Amino acid sequence: MDFVGLPVPYTMKPRRISEFLIESAIFLAGTISILFVVLIFIFLAKEGFALFRTVSLWDFLAGKDWYPISYPPRFGALPLILGSVWVTLGAILISVPIGVACAVYIAEVAPHWLREILKASVEFLAAIPSIVLGFIGLVTLVPLVQSLFNISTGLTALAGSLMLGFMAMPTIVSIMEDALTAVPRSYREGALALGATHWQAIWRVVMPAASSGVIAAVMLGIGRVIGETMAVMMITGNAARIPTTLLQPVRTMTATIAAEMGEAVQGSPHYASLFAIGIVLFVITFIINLTADFFLHREK
Amino acid sequence: MGILMKKLSFSLLLCFSASCLFTPNVLAKHDVIQIKGSDTMVNLGQAWAEEFMNQNPEVSIAVTGGGSGTGIAALINGTAGIAQCSRGMKPEEKEAVLKTAGKEVKEFVVGLDALAVILNPANPVSELSIDELSDIFTGKITNWSEVGGLDESMLVLSRERNSGTHVYFLEEVVRKGNARGPEEFASSILMMPSSQAISQEVARSRAAIGYLGLGYVTSGHKTLAVSKKKGTAAVVPSVETGQNGTYPISRPLYIYTAGEPQGDTKRLLDFARSPEGQEIVQAMDFVPLK
Amino acid sequence: MIRINPRITEKLAFAFLFFSTLLILVPVFLILVLIFKDGLPALSWEFLASYPRLGMRAGGIFPALLGTVYLAAGTLVFSLPIGILGAIYLSEYAKDHGFKRVVEVAIINLAGVPSVVYGLFGLGLFVIFLKFGASLLAGSLTLGIMSLPVIITSTREALGTVPKSFREVSLALGATKWQTIRRAVLPNALPGILTGTILALSRAAGETAPILFTVAAFYLPKLPQSIFDQAMALPYHLYVISTQVPNVKLSIQYGTALVLILLVLAMNIVAIVIRARFRKRKLW
Repeated sequence: MDFVGLPVPYTMKPRRISEFLIESAIFLAGTISILFVVLIFIFLAKEGFALFRTVSLWDFLAGKDWYPISYPPRFGALPLILGSVWVTLGAILISVPIGVACAVYIAEVAPHWLREILKASVEFLAAIPSIVLGFIGLVTLVPLVQSLFNISTGLTALAGSLMLGFMAMPTIVSIMEDALTAVPRSYREGALALGATHWQAIWRVVMPAASSGVIAAVMLGIGRVIGETMAVMMITGNAARIPTTLLQPVRTMTATIAAEMGEAVQGSPHYASLFAIGIVLFVITFIINLTADFFLHREK
Repeated sequence: MGILMKKLSFSLLLCFSASCLFTPNVLAKHDVIQIKGSDTMVNLGQAWAEEFMNQNPEVSIAVTGGGSGTGIAALINGTAGIAQCSRGMKPEEKEAVLKTAGKEVKEFVVGLDALAVILNPANPVSELSIDELSDIFTGKITNWSEVGGLDESMLVLSRERNSGTHVYFLEEVVRKGNARGPEEFASSILMMPSSQAISQEVARSRAAIGYLGLGYVTSGHKTLAVSKKKGTAAVVPSVETGQNGTYPISRPLYIYTAGEPQGDTKRLLDFARSPEGQEIVQAMDFVPLK
Repeated sequence: MIRINPRITEKLAFAFLFFSTLLILVPVFLILVLIFKDGLPALSWEFLASYPRLGMRAGGIFPALLGTVYLAAGTLVFSLPIGILGAIYLSEYAKDHGFKRVVEVAIINLAGVPSVVYGLFGLGLFVIFLKFGASLLAGSLTLGIMSLPVIITSTREALGTVPKSFREVSLALGATKWQTIRRAVLPNALPGILTGTILALSRAAGETAPILFTVAAFYLPKLPQSIFDQAMALPYHLYVISTQVPNVKLSIQYGTALVLILLVLAMNIVAIVIRARFRKRKLW
């Protein structure tokens, strides 16, 4: 019955031909995502690998000085990588417990009428443009951090972590909620029938069953946070020094790309170095997404 | 396997014909004077463009920021006709334009920008020399008590690298006029994406020091008097001290074109340097040419 | 160990869960209040319909608003057909499990690529390599590819909710596979597809980083005339007036933020309404 498999389309009726066309388009559209991933990597590599003609990979990844427009330029991306790592760690520490708890509340505890409202609100948070959050963060969060810790500036990794933790909530809540809803009803009913309280059923039975969802939520939360650009650029201070505490300004990889691309002359080592940072980000998110996917599918 | 290949090749054909369908549809890129470059100057460029287009409705001008380097890069790539720069163009950049566009770069000074060094009003320090400023921004001086202030760690703020203001301050203050000197901004200083952010942060923090264009100074700041050498007279930035050259951190604002400007581009440039254009310079908080 | 009454533990635990939920929702609410309070006074027909003047310090946001609408439309044109067909492939056609997994992993990775990396990619491929220049075309394509995974995923989910029996009946009546999909499956999945698409567009409309190098102009005196023109865009405009231009009145900044939020909020509400009506009507 598979007409597409027939050798030559000449003998086909017009309808068969249009069917053949549309099915070809479907096949193309289905596989185009692979093409895009490959294209992204190729075009990052095309511009970025030029850097390694002048700087070794090791000096790029482990160099401590980021002075891309000096004479001679120094392209040590370690402070930027660590800047991203610090902000991300802080954000995840804040957002995972709260996000998971919120998901449990929505999926297991909240009355039915409230559930949809809560879900819609969390979804709306995901849609608030990051530039708006950065704008708000600059006028509210930054002074708050400054006065709370009595430091000379609130433009710190902590301010970034708080904001990014907040921004990662929708990702974490929705993945966790999916994982919780995937736990069969019978698990809960069994636990309740054995005399467990509602909370005991959640804590001892439902949560362990959804544990791989937690890991996936953490991973995708990291992916969301490490790639965030505009808000971070506005509130973390952007000092390219290796941070030792969350109360110091940091410069993230994303902010560096967004802030410096304007100045970089096409084809210059500086331009290439920003694409090289793009490659680092791409590789990190690639690994994170594969890991998350692995955990999500193990569950099934 | 055969099916897969056939489907694939057919899909590609489909894709190709679809893209052919798209191309004749192309409306030609129409004529617009593209002004690109310095974020410092972008609202100045816009104000000029607005007024010029009011007077000449047939002309269309697009203004984009992104940094002086963006403008120069656009001149090199041929994507802009006018580059606005808050720093002088480097010789190798001029060469690049000559190489790609085949034209000599023309330079026009269209105004001045006096960079104010600002402190929080609660900071007792009121004047510093260029040497002291250099030491502060390179991280040799880190405590306000070393320059006669309170015993408090400094919070040093700079513009991002994509700004001409950053480069100018680096060369004229941090490197004390020796553009390729060894001094660097300390890695611990904060790189702010905008002058606005520097302004807010200085108003907020007693330990802060930062630099920005005169137009950004508000009542929430204290403007530092700057001397060329310790012991010589320190000067506060203003339109007068910028014009007469006594304030040491004042820079020209440039417009660059590839080759002698023609037609509307030339008229726009003439307008910018006319008394009317210079009034706009003053209105946008820069220092007009004499 | 002291044994605590499980009822008390439960009360404490639920209080914690509720508190965590509040911790997320209260800031969302506060942000809205803040922007509405300071932005509403700036909002007027004139603000929406006029050009920025006096170096952004006066006037309105019309070209930026329109630019964002253009970009959203461009994004839709590129991502919707590919997204729907791609989802149909995954849900109706793909049989080879291994290959399907590769496609799925690719989609997951597309979803995870940071927005600023999309900006780099758009710059490298569309602006420079294909010589589109910074233009609506380059920006729409970049945002379109970025939106693709969301549209594919939500469409696929929507297709998955259509019962198998619908397909079986249609095929049994002699319809071809594509006829079945078009007449029996797609119409029933439409609300889900719409919801996902609107949500994807609302994100695309609010993005700054991908358009930074691919389309956004600081100021344009005329509206874009062709897909090869640059355009102003609302998020970039907010970035510009809140960070790049000195002495812009706060009311203009908040007003711009409010319009951006309202745009996104409206799209989200439309999506939610579609979803809710769909749920009620669903009979199987």
